[in-house]
Amino acid sequence: MALPSASDSALARLAGVSHRYGDVLALDRLDLEVREGEVLAVLGPNGAGKTTAVSLLLGTLTLQTGAARVFGSAPDAAEVRLRRGAMLQVSGVPETLTVGEHLALFRAYYPAPLPTARLLEMAGLQELRDRRFGKLSGGQKQRVMFALALAGDPELVFLDEPTAGLDLDGRRRLWDEIRGLKAAGRTAVLTTHYLEEADALADRIAVIHRGRLIAEGSPQEIKSRTAGRVVRCVTTITAETARSFPEAAGAETKGQHLEIVTAEPEAVLRRMFALDPELGDLTVAGVGLEEAFLALTGDGARPEGEA
Amino acid sequence: MTVNTARHGLLWHLRIALLETRFQFLSSLRLPAFAVPTLLFPLFFYFFFAVLFQAGGPSLTGPTYMLATYGVFGVLAPSIFGFGVGLAQERDTGALLLKRTTPMPTAAYLFARVGTAAIFGAVVVLALFLLAGFAAGVELHRGQWFSLAGVVLAAALPFSAVGLAIGAWAKQQAAVAVVNLVFIAMSVLSGLWFPISMLPGFLQDFANVFPAYHLGQLALRTIDLDLGRPLWFHLALLAGQTGVCLAVAAAGFRRFSGR
Repeated sequence: MALPSASDSALARLAGVSHRYGDVLALDRLDLEVREGEVLAVLGPNGAGKTTAVSLLLGTLTLQTGAARVFGSAPDAAEVRLRRGAMLQVSGVPETLTVGEHLALFRAYYPAPLPTARLLEMAGLQELRDRRFGKLSGGQKQRVMFALALAGDPELVFLDEPTAGLDLDGRRRLWDEIRGLKAAGRTAVLTTHYLEEADALADRIAVIHRGRLIAEGSPQEIKSRTAGRVVRCVTTITAETARSFPEAAGAETKGQHLEIVTAEPEAVLRRMFALDPELGDLTVAGVGLEEAFLALTGDGARPEGEA
Repeated sequence: MTVNTARHGLLWHLRIALLETRFQFLSSLRLPAFAVPTLLFPLFFYFFFAVLFQAGGPSLTGPTYMLATYGVFGVLAPSIFGFGVGLAQERDTGALLLKRTTPMPTAAYLFARVGTAAIFGAVVVLALFLLAGFAAGVELHRGQWFSLAGVVLAAALPFSAVGLAIGAWAKQQAAVAVVNLVFIAMSVLSGLWFPISMLPGFLQDFANVFPAYHLGQLALRTIDLDLGRPLWFHLALLAGQTGVCLAVAAAGFRRFSGR
């Protein structure tokens, strides 16, 4: 049987995949694994190679170097298509058909589709069933594409920049719907360049930059693996002393406060309380994912010509 | 989870092909820019040239001749526009790419497009027949009506191949221009608008490169008004031209998927 082995929890996998468009290297020996039941966010700036990676897992792009497997088979195999759904970044459906007609057509492709009423409800389209696709707003169209991705009740869903171009309200609505997917036990791969989106939705984040995987882990791990935490307090300890702590990445005085950046705030705090038991106004804050992301892609990520 | 292969059987394919056709047809019908000219142009031309200008004239040859050529013309429009422009549009909007990620068989999609062209063609042919029979006084044997309708509807296949070749290569905006050009040039130069014998000799020879010429001759053959070339001649050239169009289309699709 061509089923994945029991120890292999990866539903989909790219291994050593490189992809070129002419002279441009879009993917550079990328390894990516999608585990059963998780929401994986593939995070990266525009042009990082996210859509190329997803296209290879969808089989809409021909593999050049490396291996791509979905459910243990080739990404475009017939049995894979039956168990997978996709929402593409650039995508529309004929404008003169209604939402209900599009759903009817896509449901017919699958052996055990979700009921139409359920799909309409999941995508918040109950009122729009008889509306033509061309008459919908951008956010409503995105929700239709979301419903089409779920039509076959897929085990694995690819969502390529699902909230691109949506306003805040539209984005929040789609977030709720994606959370609903996870609650229903589906596996989802989400590409995004919105850091808060990855943080809000994903169990695991894979950061891609210039076609390479540069970090991978839970949103917490991604955050802590970079600049870590900021310890801030009023104390008699000088910045110079704090910089001598082996765990401190940096320290400086800001007004009355001393700020220490560290990956190990507990160790730093033990040292500080030993030196100054009277320290006050203490806060320990995480750096935002935004800052973490900037730090991760920091070297070489800035456009040339920028200082 | 095991995958039941039975659902990939003939019935499953047929069901999807029919559904695709139904929605393809509905979608085209609701597009006035497609449906109105497709349905009305051949009827309008036929009414103008065959009924208004010929009625009461000395001969019924004109209206009978034009019934065959405008019938072919009536199938040419939905085939070449449906594939040429429709396909380019669905590729540009990403609809085609999305379908490629689903279990939809490619054959069902192609079937739906050819089927839609044939349905539009059938409506045009029926209306033309009624116009010819009741307004232009055309009289044919029952067998001739049927064989003419058969040839005309079969034209949807080679014409779709022409549209497919254009749609596989051109972007939507370019496709509209290219399809219009091919549509009009091929119609006139193949003798669909007026008899091919009215063209200068070298253009009559040149017409051999157009599938529409051979289909026009095959349609005229059913009512004994063709130029008398052998059947195999037209069929062979038609098959060759269709093959070339399909090869051009396949190359276009390969180019886009390797992008």
